[in-house]
Amino acid sequence: MRWRSASGAWRETLRIPHSALRPVKFLCVECDRQMAFEERQLPGDGTLAAAFKCPGCGRVVALLTNPMETQLVASLGVKIGGRTIDEQPLETVRSMVTTGKDDAFDEGKGEEGRGKGPLPAWSADAQERLARVPGFVRGMVKKIYADYARHHGIAEITPAVMDTARAELGLEGM
Amino acid sequence: MPFRTYHELTDPDRSGLPEQIGAQRRRVADRLAIVRRVVAVLSGKGGVGKSYVAAGLSRAFARRGRPVGVLDADLNGPTAPQLLRVPVASCTLHDGIIEPGVSPEGVRCFSMGLLIEDGRPLTFRGPEAESHVWRGTLEAAALREFLADVAWGPLDLLLVDLPPGIQRFQELADLLPTPPAVLAVTIPTPESADAVRRALRAVQDRGAPRLGVIENMTGGPFAGDAADSLAREFSMPVLARLPFHPSVGAWDALAQRVGSVA
Repeated sequence: MRWRSASGAWRETLRIPHSALRPVKFLCVECDRQMAFEERQLPGDGTLAAAFKCPGCGRVVALLTNPMETQLVASLGVKIGGRTIDEQPLETVRSMVTTGKDDAFDEGKGEEGRGKGPLPAWSADAQERLARVPGFVRGMVKKIYADYARHHGIAEITPAVMDTARAELGLEGM
Repeated sequence: MPFRTYHELTDPDRSGLPEQIGAQRRRVADRLAIVRRVVAVLSGKGGVGKSYVAAGLSRAFARRGRPVGVLDADLNGPTAPQLLRVPVASCTLHDGIIEPGVSPEGVRCFSMGLLIEDGRPLTFRGPEAESHVWRGTLEAAALREFLADVAWGPLDLLLVDLPPGIQRFQELADLLPTPPAVLAVTIPTPESADAVRRALRAVQDRGAPRLGVIENMTGGPFAGDAADSLAREFSMPVLARLPFHPSVGAWDALAQRVGSVA
């Protein structure tokens, strides 16, 4: 089977590994209902917590992954719970490499402003916190928080907004 | 207690992990849709001059006016920017994609060497113990992002300079819509032939087209007929025998031959 790409060229069907990355599923045995993803939390110690809720009885269970499991998922560039904002260019490289040059990227004028709606303001505390982010990833982190704020209609980014966004978006280490 | 098992649970998953992987693959395919041919420069053996050949060949293509790029897939020992004399500068973002470096001849190049600090190894954030479990996955993700997130533009050829071994070739073949064509590089010795043979078997098993073999470092201390024996065994041409210091004419002749088979 072939498909037409955005450029109009015909390409072969993508060979996506169907066996890989099938998500963990939870069954509420009592209700015989598949539990649904509810919430993701990043405690900051390299672990991940994902809560699943039974749509029948409302029972909630938490999946707690160890740092190795969390790392493996992060290494694949996917987000448990799904993505709510677009993937950033070189997102995995920029968020995971620790020996990146501070001046590796010139974010370019207007990159932060790309997207819909006005740019949110940054509180002084939030700016201070952003300044502590390594230069290699800072521009991307700034854009992610700005996209998140616009997506949620938030006019000013504060440390509390950053914390919420970090957990919601699965931004471990940002 | 009887209960339903994994494949019997079919409700939609909010994480959409297969869809996220699908989107990643589509980004690669869309970015490369205007690249006429992706060619992996491979040997399976270290120190035979893959990066040197990829750089010399790409510069010869550029001199002939053909748009060409080099993706340095040797993430841990990147050399393409130096070999191509790509100016040291910050990578710019334009419309959400990264502009590659450009050599004086016009070769578009992207490499981990443009991103990490000089003289320091490529290291990742993560649990230090048993890092081999996740490091390969992260390197494959980096390769995917180099393919998908760099503004390669319309290219005649994108040369992917692979590190020694076959792992990165397998990752590349997994990421592309179709396996890449392969240029094999060897030195004349039987030891090199043995290592390249193993790599070419993997290439054959993936159904990747074999464009030919280039014998590097001929006329010096290395004796043997590696290129001829590999060419016979894998039914491909010997595209060039390069001495230690190939002339511009030798590179141009190689570019002409590669251009006729790629």
